Amino acid sequence: MGSNSLHVLKGIDFSVEEGELVAIMGSSGSGKSTLLNILGMLDELDEGTYDLDGVPIKDLNETKAANYRNKFLGFVFQSFNLINYKSAMENVALPLYYQRVGRKERQEKALKYLEQVGLKEWAGHLPSELSGGQKQRVAIARALAAEPKVLLADEPTGALDSKTSYEVMDLIQKINDAGNTILIVTHEPDIADMCKRIVHLKDGVILEDKKVNQVRAAQYV
Amino acid sequence: MFDIERWQEIFDTIRKNKLRTILTGLSVASGIFILVILLGFGQGMQNGVAQEFEEDASNRIGVWTQVTTKEYKGLNPGRVIQLRNENYAHIESKYSDRLEYKSPTFRVFNASINYKNESGAYSVNGISPEYQFIENEFMSQGRFLNYNDHKTVAKVAVISNKIYRELFKDKENPIGLVLKIADLNFQIIGVYGDKGGEREENRIYIPLSTAQRVFNGGDRLNMMYFTLNPAATFEKTLEESVKFTDDIKTYLKQVHTVAPDDISAINTFNTLENVQRFMNLNKGIQFFFWFVGVCTIIAGVVGVSNIMLIIVKERTREIGIRKALGAKPWSIVGMILHEAIFVTTVSGFSGLICSMGLLELVGPNVQVDYVVNPSINFGVAITTVFLLIFAGALAGFFPAWRAAKIKPIVALKEE
Repeated sequence: MGSNSLHVLKGIDFSVEEGELVAIMGSSGSGKSTLLNILGMLDELDEGTYDLDGVPIKDLNETKAANYRNKFLGFVFQSFNLINYKSAMENVALPLYYQRVGRKERQEKALKYLEQVGLKEWAGHLPSELSGGQKQRVAIARALAAEPKVLLADEPTGALDSKTSYEVMDLIQKINDAGNTILIVTHEPDIADMCKRIVHLKDGVILEDKKVNQVRAAQYV
Repeated sequence: MFDIERWQEIFDTIRKNKLRTILTGLSVASGIFILVILLGFGQGMQNGVAQEFEEDASNRIGVWTQVTTKEYKGLNPGRVIQLRNENYAHIESKYSDRLEYKSPTFRVFNASINYKNESGAYSVNGISPEYQFIENEFMSQGRFLNYNDHKTVAKVAVISNKIYRELFKDKENPIGLVLKIADLNFQIIGVYGDKGGEREENRIYIPLSTAQRVFNGGDRLNMMYFTLNPAATFEKTLEESVKFTDDIKTYLKQVHTVAPDDISAINTFNTLENVQRFMNLNKGIQFFFWFVGVCTIIAGVVGVSNIMLIIVKERTREIGIRKALGAKPWSIVGMILHEAIFVTTVSGFSGLICSMGLLELVGPNVQVDYVVNPSINFGVAITTVFLLIFAGALAGFFPAWRAAKIKPIVALKEE
């Protein structure tokens, strides 16, 4: 937002295939969050190109970006970002509201996704009545509800203890198993090891891009 | 506006944010409530003052004379100017079509009055019969003077209720009894009362002709009283009355050889000028209440704007979340405004209904001096409500628009 422009990313060239589970790693200031925000159309790129599902993402105005975000992307944030006065179910149903899905159908779908993350009984609870892990699972259900092409998770386990972190990762792995493409920004190696591919960023460039043998989170749960 | 999904979303928000909604609504409702009550009482005060003044607001004009203060046509200042019967007759005939009531007076102050062993000092006024209407006297017993008394120089008198109480200790019927005025016998023909109360009841009325003859008045007069027929509007009546006063002043100055710029020799009073003053006072009251009312509205607008700013600020993060989930900028602005307008409308109208109900219920029963039937013009009240709604919407729009324009990533960082 400042008047000084700062080059955070200095030439990133990579592509993600459908069904991948990619961890973007790097120390703070390496540009990993910026990359994710550009991928999520929450931030704009100054130079370069970005194709999503064959659609070039450029010349975004607010309305267009809102449409793409709604259609293509699901977000999971470190700080959950649930709307605190809405129940778990209503939070999950919110992206569907912006897809102009009817109220009844919204609620049915929301319940379905809550069931998928194991929180069906908690549907009527407010975020303040849920634990951190539960909140993040609600957030994941919300990200899934819009049936996006890509799920973007920014430090999804950053605010959770390790046991809860593994539970969340277990859920993410299961979602990935079902065929969803997922990108996770993290700086925790054990979380990164649970992905299928790790991209290391440093000072705005890709240091290393390797496929790894996935560690299943289920064994720690 | 008629998007049912939008309405449900807004009702959800309102239901889940009861405190915020109640506070917003309360500030709007109380603003309207205070304004309506205030303007209502302003109107009530105006009514009250109007009523208080209207009782005395005849268009009475009085003329009396004093000494000259200016040398004129070789005559020295300090001359005593004396009104005479011929002056009165001239005015009476010249303006006969415009005069409503008229009466000359010849007055004797503090004449000694006796009835049997009781005595008192009252002013004795020689008047014409129409004086009854000029002073608004009502008859308690008997009759007032008539033209026959005047013509026959009858020694008859009309006394007041107060004098009756003070002199007739035995409460006998006074009509036909004989009263001694300056040791002369007068027959009592009536008892009058004055709405102005006891201080207006120190006068005994006798026919002018009798007064002039008995008290060595000759053709001299103390005062002349006139009332004019009212014109179509008050302004016109006032204008005519002022002109009439000026005309008779000019005439009297001419016949008594008084300098035209001598302001002390010929004197007049005109009660309509008091009415004018009262109307100015009323305008002042009206202006004051409007001023306070407008200030109240401004305070209300500022209050609503403030609340809207805070609400939008508080919801910045939520706006960021909604945008991340695919909300378009206009849907954000629409949602906030929709909610704001809905809340201000409902609370504005409930404030209006409460306050107008209170005025309707309590208004007619108010028993305070100078406040009569407080009420408010419905159009004014409803305009105020819409003004507040509009102001709230406007005050909500700009921050909402700015919030909707913020990049979601910035909004999400907002704590």
